[in-house]
Amino acid sequence: MQHIISVLVENKFGVLARVSGLFSGRGFNIDSLSVGPTLDPTTSMMTIVTAGDDRIIEQITKQLNKLVDVIRVVDLTDKEYVERETALIKIHAQDEDRGEALRIADIFRARIVDSTPNTYTIEITGDSKKIGAILNLLKPLGIKEFICTGRIAIAREEARVAAVREEGAPASVKDRRSSLA
Amino acid sequence: MKLSGAQILIECLRREGVKVVFGYPGGVNLPIFDVLYDEKEIEFILCRHEQGGGHMAEGYARATGKPGVLLVTSGPGATNTVTAIVDAYMDSTPMVIITGQVPTHLIGNDAFQEADVVGITRPCTKYNMLVKDVNDLAQALKEAFYIAASGRPGPVLVDLPKDVLLAKTEFKYPETVSVRSYSPILKGNRWQIKQAAEEISKARKPVIYAGGGVLHSGAWQELLDLAEMTHIPVTLTVMGLGAFPGQHPLFLGMLGMHGTYCANMAMHDADLIIAVGSRFDDRVTGKTSLFAPNARIVHIDIDPTSIHKNIKVHVPIVGDVKIVLRELNTILRTSGVGSMTPFREWIDQIAGWKREHPLSYNQGDSLLKPQYVIEKIYEMTHGNAIVTTDVGQHQMWAAQYYMFNRPRTFINSGGLGTMGYGLPAAIGAQMANRDSLVVCIAGDGSVVMNIQELATAVAYNLQVKVAIINNKYLGMVRQWQQLFYNGRYSSSFMGDSPDFVKLSEAFGAVGLRATKVGEVEGVLEEAFRVTTPVVIDFQVDPYENCYPMIPAGAGHNEMVFEDPENIGKKSPVKEEAAEGVLTA
Repeated sequence: MQHIISVLVENKFGVLARVSGLFSGRGFNIDSLSVGPTLDPTTSMMTIVTAGDDRIIEQITKQLNKLVDVIRVVDLTDKEYVERETALIKIHAQDEDRGEALRIADIFRARIVDSTPNTYTIEITGDSKKIGAILNLLKPLGIKEFICTGRIAIAREEARVAAVREEGAPASVKDRRSSLA
Repeated sequence: MKLSGAQILIECLRREGVKVVFGYPGGVNLPIFDVLYDEKEIEFILCRHEQGGGHMAEGYARATGKPGVLLVTSGPGATNTVTAIVDAYMDSTPMVIITGQVPTHLIGNDAFQEADVVGITRPCTKYNMLVKDVNDLAQALKEAFYIAASGRPGPVLVDLPKDVLLAKTEFKYPETVSVRSYSPILKGNRWQIKQAAEEISKARKPVIYAGGGVLHSGAWQELLDLAEMTHIPVTLTVMGLGAFPGQHPLFLGMLGMHGTYCANMAMHDADLIIAVGSRFDDRVTGKTSLFAPNARIVHIDIDPTSIHKNIKVHVPIVGDVKIVLRELNTILRTSGVGSMTPFREWIDQIAGWKREHPLSYNQGDSLLKPQYVIEKIYEMTHGNAIVTTDVGQHQMWAAQYYMFNRPRTFINSGGLGTMGYGLPAAIGAQMANRDSLVVCIAGDGSVVMNIQELATAVAYNLQVKVAIINNKYLGMVRQWQQLFYNGRYSSSFMGDSPDFVKLSEAFGAVGLRATKVGEVEGVLEEAFRVTTPVVIDFQVDPYENCYPMIPAGAGHNEMVFEDPENIGKKSPVKEEAAEGVLTA
């Protein structure tokens, strides 16, 4: 089963190698891994998507915790969480395809971020399903290039679960950060 | 006052209480050696090969419980230590490795004697770091010693570029250390410990299976208390030998692949296994699906990753073995479980197994048997020597026939199985115990792998006694080829070279030889009498096999004994065993 794990690490050189080396050295899979800074410049947050049975996932989280540079490990899979990834999709778009491409982008609330007479580059953010869906629709037009960030995820605040659950529901300013995540 | 990086390093070692450093000089670590030239408190032992130096540091650490310190240069100096580092990592041996590195401005330039040592050792150290600023050095060293020795111990490597060693700064020693992302759990969960006590009170066929964690944690007294209070028999892993008295009536001997019949049968038949500081290694469990089918399992270990890794356990307790056992003992004592009567039937059943298949060999009149040599060493040292071994048949015979009565007296490469470990480890152990008798039980194949360290022993007059069990073969390889590869002895014959007596003499050590039963006592007497390093070439039966044995991939109740012909023909384990060989 697929798991999505948040790993808060020290922001030091070599930490990414330690984490990825742990996975390769012990034969665990990484489906995707994304790293970025946090509000504290001394730490970074990794989001790792991995797969395995309970025993393997238990080992993965324990082994991650055992690494000296790892501060905290949270397996989000059993929790309420929001996940997103961003994709940039460059497609062939000429003549009537240009209109079709715009309509598809509109349906998915994607944006055109670059345009030439023969191509569009579409930016889309969402969960994996949404990105998979737009890809399916764009395929007939001809995909020239595709790049994806890998998934990032954040746990939903317990108390706010109800308020934020509905996608696109108007959110108060206070909730804005979590609903956009 | 401003100090150079090299001076700070030595000052930090002093403040960590380091008495001995093993190692080897080279281009980039010369600033350190220049400081060591005037150093009075720390003794430096010049090994002849950095791998040997690494095993010396391990031997020292295993004999004392304190981190062994190894100081080598960049590039090849550092890469030569990798085997010893992996060895220490596998056996949870505390160690601090200081490697020189090319100056920071050359890092990544393929400079002379440059190697990405931090990269190379990342997966085989508990932690490692490259110090790029002399102002970070003292803190880095403090953390290195703290991480190496705390929690589940292990090797920590600190890579020091030459310019950092030369740069000067105001020295401030960090008196305390804390690493926010590292805090080993020491105290076990109280509720879980109560559960363990509950399990013990209900058990009819309990057995304690203890390992190296008991030694690392210094918990031998607590283990003894637990066993004697509850009358539960104890078996030890090869890493745990010495953690429980070898002559104790509750002791079953070592378990696992070459463990005793009674220990393995007790594990197989147990209704409760109390695993203490041990990690269910494949050499211990055999085939996991056949492992202890009826047992409830309590597992006490400081490393959470050890729990449920190979075997699913029922009562996991993460914590320091000593602290957890103390609490468990207190609960048992106050709840009255401590005064329970011995498990009469269970003890009788175990005694039956002991009688059925005791460890045995047949000396006979002709060829000298390796087991006889080890029994004689045991007898003549009264079980009081510190024994190191290499890896192979002789290691298992030493584990079987030498009864270790004291902790930290059996030092061998358990996890990695590093041939050539014994002699340098003996030198390290001797450095820790200058007045103790240190005996290295070696193999003729293994000993050659680090034989150069005989020069180290001679140079510092470390009176290690090396007993080579010389069967002219890579004995364990030969045994497997005999049992599982139809006797096709491919590349396992070592022959008569070298002449170990002449070789020892060339190094300036005493060389002795025994080929007959009647000569064994005489040469051992001579070896223990002289005050120099000694090598004894015991020429033994080349075809003696190490039994009993659980073939790889078989279960605890599928041990094989004396008769190799039967394995090929009758034994039900043959196919599984052959399969196991491929995966072992």
